[in-house]
Amino acid sequence: MSDSDAKDKPNRRVFLKMLGQAAAVSMLASCSERDREAFFQQHFKELSKADLAKVLERLQAEATEKTISQAHPEGRAASIGVEPAMPGVTFGYALDLSRCVGCRRCVDACVKENNQSRDPQIHWITVLEMEKEGGVDVMHSNAYYVADTVPRKGHFYMPVSCQQCRDAPCVKSCPVGATWQEPDGIVVVDYNYCIGCRCCLASCPYGARHFNWAEPHIPPDEINTNMHYLGNRPRPKGVVEKCTFCIQRVRKGLYPACVEICPTGSRKFGNLLDPDSEVRYVIENKRVFILKEELGTHPKFFYFYGV
Amino acid sequence: MMFYRFVVGSLRAIVRGPKLYYLWLLFLVALIAIGAIGYADQLKHGLVRTNMRDQVSWGFYIGNFTFMVGVAAAAVVLVIPAYIYNWKPIKEIVIIGELLAVCAIVTCLLFVMVDIGRPDRFWHIMPFIGNLHIPSSLLAWDSVVLNVYFVLNLTIVTHLLYRAFNKKPYSKRFATPLIILSIPAAVSIHTVTAFLYNGLASRPYWNSAILAPRFIASAFCSGPAIILILLQLLRRYAKLEIKNEALSKIAELMAYAMFVNLFLFGAEIFREYYSSTEHLVYTKYLFSGVDGHRSLVPYAWLSLFLSGGAFLLFLIPSTRRHPVGLNLGAFMIYGGVFIEKGIALVVPGFTPSTLGDIYEYVPSRVELMVTAGIYGIGALLFTLMVKVAVPIMGGHLTIDTGSKRATTAALETPQPVT
Repeated sequence: MSDSDAKDKPNRRVFLKMLGQAAAVSMLASCSERDREAFFQQHFKELSKADLAKVLERLQAEATEKTISQAHPEGRAASIGVEPAMPGVTFGYALDLSRCVGCRRCVDACVKENNQSRDPQIHWITVLEMEKEGGVDVMHSNAYYVADTVPRKGHFYMPVSCQQCRDAPCVKSCPVGATWQEPDGIVVVDYNYCIGCRCCLASCPYGARHFNWAEPHIPPDEINTNMHYLGNRPRPKGVVEKCTFCIQRVRKGLYPACVEICPTGSRKFGNLLDPDSEVRYVIENKRVFILKEELGTHPKFFYFYGV
Repeated sequence: MMFYRFVVGSLRAIVRGPKLYYLWLLFLVALIAIGAIGYADQLKHGLVRTNMRDQVSWGFYIGNFTFMVGVAAAAVVLVIPAYIYNWKPIKEIVIIGELLAVCAIVTCLLFVMVDIGRPDRFWHIMPFIGNLHIPSSLLAWDSVVLNVYFVLNLTIVTHLLYRAFNKKPYSKRFATPLIILSIPAAVSIHTVTAFLYNGLASRPYWNSAILAPRFIASAFCSGPAIILILLQLLRRYAKLEIKNEALSKIAELMAYAMFVNLFLFGAEIFREYYSSTEHLVYTKYLFSGVDGHRSLVPYAWLSLFLSGGAFLLFLIPSTRRHPVGLNLGAFMIYGGVFIEKGIALVVPGFTPSTLGDIYEYVPSRVELMVTAGIYGIGALLFTLMVKVAVPIMGGHLTIDTGSKRATTAALETPQPVT
């Protein structure tokens, strides 16, 4: 008896799923094949190999339409990778507050590398200006300072982006599991599964999650065509996006764009599990702290005073 | 066959009505049209048409959602005395309360629907067909309890009315367990909705254990306030027999609920202002403004004035028995709680943002239009359901009258000449 019950359950679930989807089919009968596929696309982690290949083909075609057009025929075709996490790797980040001058070059490099919308603007990194006398005080910081005169007298700077929490409130609050932590510790979003409810924006203590309030716009010749499914591929309107440590780069052994561009060397990155990594060196030899430690999010993003 | 007659009889009751009824329907359809225009604009351009942004990422839609969850949950305040204590004067009122709950849940789901960035993926969050992230996500839980509550109330009320239509008493074996189950279900929808905010450690304004009790207390004020107004309208226009005794009893219950609500609010205010930590800033933003940002201040004080005033009106027996005092109090409570849940709960939680940024949010034109449209849909649904329920409850619409009219109507209809 219990055997047949156990067999029954998934069947019933599948049946109800099919029923709901069948109802939707009738509504979508008039839509294009591509729209229909997009509508029924399953969660990234539930896609079979064959389905994933199909999805990638569709998404690459869509992304290429943004880079190559009649007005811009010389653009390159987009390639969307799905490189998995490397075994034995947990990425971590360290940022030297005594070196950062608040120039915002990291913000700019991040926008370009990760295909963030230029209109309306989305920035995955927010640089906060704080008063030296006040110490690290996020709530009384200023994100809107003018960067051509930095560092301003009496101030220091604290860039904040996704802290890649080990116990991420955003992952916890997502009602459909569209955001999760990868085995290498990167918190990612499936832009094709996100419903845009913005629970994660409410639950993130670091302002690291950003919503596409309008259709994102990027000039075709500025689109970075080296993409990752869970990273910098073009996002549709109505979904959430965030820093992924440049997943399309770091999984190929490259530094994140912000680390590479930083003119002061404030940014350190590496494998927390590798005793010889830069980030490990910082943790061992400098005193580090994490942001809002009282919230129990356990970030893998460390701040330190190098000088 | 029997159910077919029920449906036909119901449809006939919906179609026929006096001029005022049609005018009312026309008004609601106009509201819905306004909402549809606003929503079309939002669908085309995205949620950028609202005034929500990354700093204040939930606004008027989610505020209204929260308020209506309260209204839906409040049906229970009437179910308890009616069925558990078999308190006669409220019994008919319960059916109205349950219809209201059903319509309120529909508006709740619509408010979530218009708030999400990808309404085409709404099915991802529906039980069975979607992919609910349970147990960790509170919004996933909310989807479950709201759907359960919806099905439960719809089943109960359909059963009661269908039985009455067939001139049979309702089945106690079937209905009573469901009615009893609807009580914890009502508590659960409001508790889970409170937990949605309450569980976010990143937002100190909401991260208070007192939030769920406050939600329930305020829901027990606002829900009955609507019912109080509706019952008087039904008494006048639908000739539903409702005793004054029942009305003032509801007002008395509301006075107690408002006392608890104000007490919990006072406890919260004491903690905030006396300890005066960094977390005071959100409450300050609401009641006195921060750095010259004061857009919510008048609403906050208005809400407090309305709730406090209504409490006094309902506390004193002579004013709550007087029709003017009763209605004034009901409107004041409704207004007070609407501001409290619709604006004063959501927006200060986000202001300032987690990185100290102050973005002053007020609803945009599109948000107001869409909200009006959703209330239009809810009110239309409620009107049509009440239009059917009232004659059934009064014994004017039964299986006999339904079929009799059906035959006469058939005779009167001229047959097409072939």
